[in-house]
Amino acid sequence: MSANTFIRFTQYFLLLALLFPALSCERDEAELQPATYPTDPEVFIDGFSAGLNYAAFGGSVPTAFDVDNEVTYNNSLASMKFEVPDVNDSRGAYAGGAFFTEVGRDLSGYNVLTFWAKATQAANIDVVGFGNDLGASTYQVSITGLAVNTNWKKYYIPLPDPAKLTNERGMFYYSEGPENERGYTFWIDEVKFEKLGTVAHPQHAILFGQDVVETSFVGVSRTISGVSSSFNLPDGSNQTVGISPSYFEFTSSNPSIATVSANGLVSVVGGPGTAVITATIGGNQAAGSLTIESIGNFQRAPVPTRDPSKVISIFSDAYTNVPVNYYNGYWQPWQTTVSNDFSVQGDNVLKYEIFNFVGIEFSSPTVNATGMTHFHMNAFFPDPIAPGRELRVIIVNFGPDGAFGGGDDTRHSTTFTAPTLVSQQWLSINIPFANMPNLGSRSNLAQIILEGGDGSVLYVDNVYFYNNQ
Amino acid sequence: MNAKILFVALLITLMGCKADDFQKLEPRNWQLVWSDEFNGAAGELPDAAKWTYDLGTGQDGWGNQELQSYTNSPNNVSMDGDGNLVLTAIRSGNSFTSARIKTQGLFEQAYGRFEARLKTPYGPGLWPAFWLLGSNIDAVSWPQCGEIDVMELRGQEPNAIAGSIHGPGYSGGNAISKKYALPNNRFDTEFHVFAIEWDENKIDFFVDDFLYQRIERGDVNGEWVYDHPFFMILNVAVGGNYVGFPTALTPFPQKMTIDYVRVYQAVN
Repeated sequence: MSANTFIRFTQYFLLLALLFPALSCERDEAELQPATYPTDPEVFIDGFSAGLNYAAFGGSVPTAFDVDNEVTYNNSLASMKFEVPDVNDSRGAYAGGAFFTEVGRDLSGYNVLTFWAKATQAANIDVVGFGNDLGASTYQVSITGLAVNTNWKKYYIPLPDPAKLTNERGMFYYSEGPENERGYTFWIDEVKFEKLGTVAHPQHAILFGQDVVETSFVGVSRTISGVSSSFNLPDGSNQTVGISPSYFEFTSSNPSIATVSANGLVSVVGGPGTAVITATIGGNQAAGSLTIESIGNFQRAPVPTRDPSKVISIFSDAYTNVPVNYYNGYWQPWQTTVSNDFSVQGDNVLKYEIFNFVGIEFSSPTVNATGMTHFHMNAFFPDPIAPGRELRVIIVNFGPDGAFGGGDDTRHSTTFTAPTLVSQQWLSINIPFANMPNLGSRSNLAQIILEGGDGSVLYVDNVYFYNNQ
Repeated sequence: MNAKILFVALLITLMGCKADDFQKLEPRNWQLVWSDEFNGAAGELPDAAKWTYDLGTGQDGWGNQELQSYTNSPNNVSMDGDGNLVLTAIRSGNSFTSARIKTQGLFEQAYGRFEARLKTPYGPGLWPAFWLLGSNIDAVSWPQCGEIDVMELRGQEPNAIAGSIHGPGYSGGNAISKKYALPNNRFDTEFHVFAIEWDENKIDFFVDDFLYQRIERGDVNGEWVYDHPFFMILNVAVGGNYVGFPTALTPFPQKMTIDYVRVYQAVN
């Protein structure tokens, strides 16, 4: 359009009208290739679409799904009815199943699965989605906690990357347990794939959209978690869907340091060095990244050499461990520490991330360490030691009652600081029971608590009591 | 197979080439008299010789219980460096900032073609608009001054805009208004051109040069107050009587991206 003079010539429109059919409305027959798989968009309109099967999930009520001719959307002939059982229903614990085809369908021409739903009460359906073919389910998409109520409403499940769905067998699936222990009924109708220009603004994420930095070693592998897609629906609100990692194209900035597989498995293969893992879907960059800072070859903690008959092991590959309730109690509300334990060439290592404190418990049964003289553990700080940093090791005895509390618990805390604390070297921590006056008895040991973290990472290995006599 | 191809070809012909796509309108020559192409550097405020601001929360949320506070901060109003002006609505907790710019006292005109090419924000509670107010508003007040809404959009219907006029006896909920909806598309994903063509007898409303509403002098159930100069306003409101309130599912920040604003006069 000219910026100076805007002139509407009626005759131009006439000319355009003549030109338009010639330009746009003719198609060369040679361009029309037969599709490899059927492109049928309908899943359930007034009955099963061509080739559609249903199978109930294991442990669910096998008869939960039925075709209903009474309650239907817009007075159509039939809908899908789902009866969610009460708690303790002898037929099954929940309603769940998959609608799938034997021959895949080409869904690449659509961008959203839509359906109408209502229920006998307000409820949140645990999960609905598609891409579950009762097999590999490579391209699964789901909404969790779908809010339904007693009115019919249209729902949208966007396709993160239609181009990938050229041979999809999983048409629809659902799973829903009792609400507040009671069953109810919901209906779903007019299930079909559509191409809607009113679904827009895809935003994808890995690692919950966070830029995560991780110190690692050759041989360590981990999967990319926290993947999702969000789309803006025709009513302007955002809908987030959970998706399979297979929808992403993953890239490593430095494959000589870390590689990433098609389904998001990151393997550290070299170092020292840095690799950044990023992802796209259909050319759209996903929020979030994983920066691997590889130290290089894994430094094993020193392999214990003590006589196994003089060791009570809590965590070690060198000895048989006693029963342990947990290596991370996730004690709320103050604990930030999360576990991301890993294994390198058969050596298992406890990894505490966002470490402030963490408790290890072995109370079933408690440990009688009266025959032991020392506590031992190896600790590794991959990040620099901040000024004033402490590591406090607390040994807890549950007392004669053998249970937490009861007024007979005792504990002793031992504090370590720099220069004992160093980074990127395995520390060997040995504490004689003789130096734990506040512990009193050690006949009902039940917990080891590590404190003093500043939100960085701590590796722990070879946690045991021993007798050095 | 051949029959199928034939059918598809026929369908495309019918859908793509229907007569409604082309309207026969009386020819008109327009002379450009004012424009802003927004070609400034990223982060720059709009040209102070062309635009001024409404700031703050107004009276009762600008008369509509709107939630936002308008600023002239580059966070809320600035060039993007790619030839556009961007008005950004930002949520921080339960409060919102946004921007409203106007040509009041700088450029005012009666009659002509007023157009803007822009991409709207979206989401429940978002209310972007390109509109005109009578320059005599301070003397005669609203709605006696007249208001012409070239476009306004409810963020929960990103596929639909409305064009309206407000005057004495037909304002607010009783405005003369018509909605224009895209059948399978939205106004926030691509740029569209919104325009009015206004003369002594009528105001025509266009989207992408498609005339969807004509309001003539005789259509107004009250006084025709569109024979004096008006100034232009561009804004992104949040919440309010027209649109309702944003929800937890409304994405923020939200941007109205304006490629240009141009004003023409008819020449004979």
